[in-house]
Amino acid sequence: MNQPVPYLPWWKDASLRPAIVACLTLSAAVGVFGFSFGVGSVAAGSSVLQTCALSLLVFTGASQFSAVSVIGAGGSIGSALGGALLLAARNGVYGLAMSRRLDGGFGRKLLAAQLTIDETTAMAVAQPDRRAQQVAFWVTGVALYTFWNLGTLIGALTGSAINPDTFGLDAAFPAGFIAMVWSLFSDSRARKAAAIGGAICLITVPFTPIGVPILLSVFGVLVGLQKPVDAPQREVAS
Amino acid sequence: MTWTLIILLTIGAYAFKVTGLVILGGRTLPPIFERCLALIPAAVVTALVMKDTFTQGQELVLDARALGIAVAVIAAWRKAPLIVVIVLGAAVTALVRQI
Repeated sequence: MNQPVPYLPWWKDASLRPAIVACLTLSAAVGVFGFSFGVGSVAAGSSVLQTCALSLLVFTGASQFSAVSVIGAGGSIGSALGGALLLAARNGVYGLAMSRRLDGGFGRKLLAAQLTIDETTAMAVAQPDRRAQQVAFWVTGVALYTFWNLGTLIGALTGSAINPDTFGLDAAFPAGFIAMVWSLFSDSRARKAAAIGGAICLITVPFTPIGVPILLSVFGVLVGLQKPVDAPQREVAS
Repeated sequence: MTWTLIILLTIGAYAFKVTGLVILGGRTLPPIFERCLALIPAAVVTALVMKDTFTQGQELVLDARALGIAVAVIAAWRKAPLIVVIVLGAAVTALVRQI
């Protein structure tokens, strides 16, 4: 299958170009999310430095949004951390999928780990062969890290220059969350999990400490115990 | 936001990534486990939407945010770009507050 072909570096290989364009486009779009994170985080009481540190160090969007949202509402460190880590857990599964696709030694794997998130995994596994998968992973990873942090910085500076309530910026978080989950709702079990998670949150808000309803909402995932109806025979591990 | 939380979250988030990519390596999880993990964002992020839209501390409230988020939901449903969904949500909320 693999004929010896003259070696081309990835940036000159025309067959990789559409994938690279797609990776860069996605990364730029995520920069907008970074901007909204920056604005919202400052509006919720974080400093510009703290906001940038979250994006640079934690680098997994949903967890960052969750932590800032719970702390901003007056929740404890424990509940903010718990909710954020629940959202970070799936990166472990992405790591499993990526470890079969990435070459390189221990040091390079440690660096790749920091970049293992929704978008990099999705772009990589969508590629037809191993080389394209690696190129997609690293291009998306580096570009997205850059745009995410740039967006965060500009957002944080913008957010600290204006009065958040006047511009409805407290609604920017839930609106961003909606954009985040909407694509998941094409799956009927995701819709069920969302309905249960949302309901648990609203029901438990009045009598549990702030942030705890977010932790309890995770019970919505129990709909995953049921086998999917559309693929009854076997599960294909990605 | 506190630095303690930032540090703990950095360690925790990286621990998940490294566990999957470096420590467990090429192994696969039982399908039921993968299915449940894949559903976490839907359940937890929806709960965050509810919290940020309908609550103030430990109280359930109905205010300007509800209308803003309703418009954001419509925009997402009509497949509007991310930035449009966010700006509409914030702008409608701000507008309703002015009235």
